[in-house]
Amino acid sequence: MDKPISTSTHNKLRLERYIRTAIGIVISAFLFWRIYNVVVLQQHFGADTWVRFGLSGLILGGMYALIAIGYTLVYGIMFMINFAHGEVMMLGAFGGYFTFEILRFIPAPTTASPDLNFLNANPFLSVLLAFVVGITISATAGFYLEKIAYRPLRNAPRLILLITAIGASTILQNLAMLLFGPQRKNVVNPDVLDRAAGWVINVGGNDVLISYTGVFSLVLSTLLMIGLFILVQRTKLGRAMRAVAQDKNTAFLMGVDVNDVVSKTFIISGALAGAAGVMWSIHMGLVNHFTGFLPGIKAFTAAVMGGIGNIPGAMLGGILLGVIEAIGPAGMGIDFQLKDVIAFSILVLVLIVRPSGILGEKLSEEKL
Amino acid sequence: MMLHVENLQVYYGAIHALKGVSFHLDKGEVVALIGANGAGKSTVLKTISGLLRPREGSVTFEGQVLEEVPPQDIVRKGVIHVPEGRKIFPRMTVTENLEMGAYIHADRAAINRDMESVFERFPRLKERRNQLGGTLSGGEQQMLAIGRGLMAHPSLLLLDEPSMGLSPLLVEQIFDIIQDINEQGTSILLVEQNAQMALAIADRAYVLETGKIVMQGTGDDLLQDSSVIEAYLGGH
Ligand SMILES: Nc1ncnc2c1ncn2[C@@H]1O[C@H](COP(=O)(O)OP(=O)(O)OP(=O)(O)O)[C@@H](O)[C@H]1O
Ligand SMILES: [Mg+2]
Repeated sequence: MDKPISTSTHNKLRLERYIRTAIGIVISAFLFWRIYNVVVLQQHFGADTWVRFGLSGLILGGMYALIAIGYTLVYGIMFMINFAHGEVMMLGAFGGYFTFEILRFIPAPTTASPDLNFLNANPFLSVLLAFVVGITISATAGFYLEKIAYRPLRNAPRLILLITAIGASTILQNLAMLLFGPQRKNVVNPDVLDRAAGWVINVGGNDVLISYTGVFSLVLSTLLMIGLFILVQRTKLGRAMRAVAQDKNTAFLMGVDVNDVVSKTFIISGALAGAAGVMWSIHMGLVNHFTGFLPGIKAFTAAVMGGIGNIPGAMLGGILLGVIEAIGPAGMGIDFQLKDVIAFSILVLVLIVRPSGILGEKLSEEKL
Repeated sequence: MMLHVENLQVYYGAIHALKGVSFHLDKGEVVALIGANGAGKSTVLKTISGLLRPREGSVTFEGQVLEEVPPQDIVRKGVIHVPEGRKIFPRMTVTENLEMGAYIHADRAAINRDMESVFERFPRLKERRNQLGGTLSGGEQQMLAIGRGLMAHPSLLLLDEPSMGLSPLLVEQIFDIIQDINEQGTSILLVEQNAQMALAIADRAYVLETGKIVMQGTGDDLLQDSSVIEAYLGGH
């Protein structure tokens, strides 16, 4: 039954809403003025630069979106923020890297080119293998993460789960550093997927490179998102996941094996993060134990921005954040090094102005 | 004996909610469990369906002991619990809610047939089939909750206050439907605050008071009983 809300709390809530709106308007006005000033009045950058920024933002945003979905799925089902999710993505990135490394040392000579290796002899198969390996590693990591670290705490207070997640994140990061060493590793792609190769288009008299790796990442992340959406909306497992998210006890009464659904949710989240990790390897080209940290936090920001628990919200949030981060520094005329600050400012702003996110609804009391 | 509950002791932390509840239900019966707020009626149903574990005592259904079986497997034995407050999945459509009811079944054609028969019983649900559960009226949600329960093919249906918050006309209807479901072969354990209606359709009934069964008898007997009339039928 609904608890009656007293008038004084009601007024306080209203006041709070006004303050939020006011802060929102002030900040939007400032941003608008700033961007107008830089982009329209100063004309520092040509159209080609904006296209280049926008494109790299979309590509990065696709990866953020894939990772953000994992935060949102897990939150929806367990009401916890899985802060080790970035590390799950990092493991996937290593999976991709090592697959390429191994394949590069398998000789596949032909009469025309006796030095040929497997990686360049079968580039598409190699990429496919990299994704299979990366996704498998991350999905497995997600599965065991839940089973070992979170399941024993199913009925513990939420804060304990959160601390455990942060602990798991640190452990995974350090484990990766011990195993693979702290230095950054260059990911060597098959030659056809060279990071400098791509289509060149002309924008306002200047060339803009649309890299193959970028297009590949963007297309693949879009396909995976569509696939996930179909899974959640149209399949029996997806329905069970939504049922568990909406009402765990009633899901039990329908015959849903809730533990199994939670496990599968972590597997799916891990798989998507793994795919993002392999994309990161292929497109960004550098991996180490720290690779998952920033994308992880940014994807978390994206999930909050879109409305935590809301799947389309996580997708939208991810893409938006990628784009904002890419064009933000130039748009506001600030140092490019500050792009990470933008993401975290957004997190703080969203939490102040609209804690429920863009597409999120107000969390019901029952859920909190 | 289809269902046999023996000396149930159930706690919520330190709160002793059931203090040795025993009763039984025979195949084909409608058994009512009546009692005031907080008597422990819902607790009994939750313990049978496995959402709660008894500290002591046993639940036996068709010769099988249930209290160690996880709730999702109890459903597969044919014990279906329609919980208090309907508990419709609010962000799923009517059709999806019914699909969830059939979660334990795989035969697509049979599920579709069952859905049609639910729609036949509740034409209102058919009109609203693509509407989100959370936007239905209380009465419609109750119909959906019962329909969702039927999708599982219960042999024993546990109904927790199906008449709660409904208009008298709708209460009448819901009780007719319950009787009809029973006539088609489903045994029913009915928890109700509306003792009048519940006793009228029950073969037998138990009165629960602060975690103990204090009275039992046929529905008609209890309807005549002066202390029941005093306590639960508004006394005359
Ligand atoms: N989750 C819970 N935590 C603690 N105590 C509980 C919980 N659920 C029920 N109780 C207590 O257990 C006792 C029995 O509750 P129960 O819900 O079974 O009563 P009920 O007969 O179904 O009442 P109503 O007619 O109001 O639905 C009550 O005293 C109640 O306060
Ligand atoms: Mg109750």
